Amino acid sequence: MLLFIEQCLNGLQFGLLLFLLAAGLTLVFGIMDLVNLAHGSLYMLGAYFAATFAAWTDSFVIAALLSLAATLVVGMALEVVALRRLYGRDHLDHVLGTFGLILFFNELVRIIWGPAGMSLPLPMWLIYPIEILPGLFYPTYRIAIILTALLVALFLYVLVMRTRLGMLIRAGASNREMTGALGVNINLLYTLVFGLGAALAGLAGLMQAPILTVQIGMGENILILAFVVIIIGGIGSIRGAFIAAVLVGLIDTIGRAFLPDILRLVLSSRGASTVAPAMSSMMIYLLMAIVLVLRPEGLFPVSSK
Amino acid sequence: MIASLTPRNVVVAVLLLLLAAVPVYAAVTANAFLVTLFTRVIILGIAASSLNLILGYGGMVSFGHAVYLGIGGYAVGILAQEGVTSGFVQWPLALVVSALFALLVGALSLRTRGVYFIMITLAFAQLVYYFGVGLDRYGADDGLTIRRRSQFDDLINLSDRTQFYYLCLALLLATIYLIWRVVNSRFGMVIQGARSNDRRMRAIGFPTFRYRLTAFVIAGAICGVAGALLANHTGFISPATMHWTRSGDLIVMVVLGGMASSFGPLIGAVALLSLEEALPILIRAMAFPVFGDAAVRMAEYWQIVLGPLFLLVVLFARGGIDGLLAGARRG
Repeated sequence: MLLFIEQCLNGLQFGLLLFLLAAGLTLVFGIMDLVNLAHGSLYMLGAYFAATFAAWTDSFVIAALLSLAATLVVGMALEVVALRRLYGRDHLDHVLGTFGLILFFNELVRIIWGPAGMSLPLPMWLIYPIEILPGLFYPTYRIAIILTALLVALFLYVLVMRTRLGMLIRAGASNREMTGALGVNINLLYTLVFGLGAALAGLAGLMQAPILTVQIGMGENILILAFVVIIIGGIGSIRGAFIAAVLVGLIDTIGRAFLPDILRLVLSSRGASTVAPAMSSMMIYLLMAIVLVLRPEGLFPVSSK
Repeated sequence: MIASLTPRNVVVAVLLLLLAAVPVYAAVTANAFLVTLFTRVIILGIAASSLNLILGYGGMVSFGHAVYLGIGGYAVGILAQEGVTSGFVQWPLALVVSALFALLVGALSLRTRGVYFIMITLAFAQLVYYFGVGLDRYGADDGLTIRRRSQFDDLINLSDRTQFYYLCLALLLATIYLIWRVVNSRFGMVIQGARSNDRRMRAIGFPTFRYRLTAFVIAGAICGVAGALLANHTGFISPATMHWTRSGDLIVMVVLGGMASSFGPLIGAVALLSLEEALPILIRAMAFPVFGDAAVRMAEYWQIVLGPLFLLVVLFARGGIDGLLAGARRG
């Protein structure tokens, strides 16, 4: 039972991390109608920035804040220099252009940081596990990730639904020309939104960095998971992204942990141990297929513009 | 096809002549690498041509097309591992399994549009990719070495580099011809009509879903054969063959060469693979006078030039190389 709770927490943590990535993607897609494959590169940059700044400043928190600011700046620069020109173009153009950007960023990272990976050590106060239930110790750092991501989700909700800036963002999403005609600097607004999405990706990257190695291409596989999340949730919907991300995180983690045991009930133990690893990585894609059959527009479709 | 002497036709004719002459030139100069490189170019040209059928003519942006390269390759690899080396079994199986998988993916993903379609085809390809990674019996992540190329009795010997090259070239031309016939048939007109305006096509009575699905399956089957060729060519198959960046490469070839043009994907395959070979040399040559010995290291980072190049093609050369050639005729 304790193991199950622990795995659920791991799933929640992974899901919330996916949410940070998916939120940026879905925001950029919902508002600018831009498919950004290079989102995973921003995640990678967030991790590299954090590892570098941590080595300079010796402080995890300062490094995290600096890294957030840096990805924000990189994101806004990227929007102004390149992606702005892709708005209103065909989705195929987005795919191709941002695919090129992935190559560019991977190579840029290799030039600046070298081909070997980096690691981001945790500060002492985040290493020790704490007892959250009698007998259940859980790493402080993972709890910190869960809390941070929940706060960010709340922040996004308040920002988009309760502030003037959020109102402008929503207005820009539903009618770009009209919002511009009413005197809103729509270009600046889009740059800000893209920067926000980039910072979210950077946050996900820097929080993941101490758990995994910081390496080139680290953003690519998780980017596809983020795509699965926003397909399941409904593209453009932050609420959908949140629910789908937690769902995907839980199913993936729990599947990996318990699928071998479940399969052993039906298959021979040798058969189960061959099939289980392949099966558990495929489960979320199966989930996506099922959602698509039942609801082709995702669980929380955004009404068409 | 009444060929007139337009720049585009001249380029295509010259390209085909050069491709036909590659083994001869390689034999004269004793440069076996050229044959290996261009066999790869031709096989990827077949794959890109099959993608062009659905992407260029049908407007279906499949971002998981490399998965059929993997399926075709694994059909050959797994059968070879199990002792079945006959190409008469391997290749039809590669084709049939690819077609069935395309039927499944198409039936699910063609229910959706636009960006959903892009991401769903991508996700299904990832599903198979992870399946390959989990295939412990057949090498998992490390892949599978294929010790014997497909056997076709006395018909053709694939282990002979030149024979294999010309077989690939013949299959490439057959593919281009087949796709040309398909898109200019009534069937192809429906596909292209559905690309321009699906709702109108349905309103005048065409069940476009079935047409699009059929095209999707044809494209998958052809690419499966390309996968069988590729596995024979490299003597190796691993999940990396169907990594999503490979699917991206195929899209790049189609768009770079020119969408919805018969020879565009081949031109794109030649252009992309030549760029990959030429860029490091080019960078070294250009940087050497300024940076001296550091130029050798700079040449390793050629992808930093290639990436933004894609962006430039998207921004300024929508029609790809084929479009530029066609434009040259007009202007």
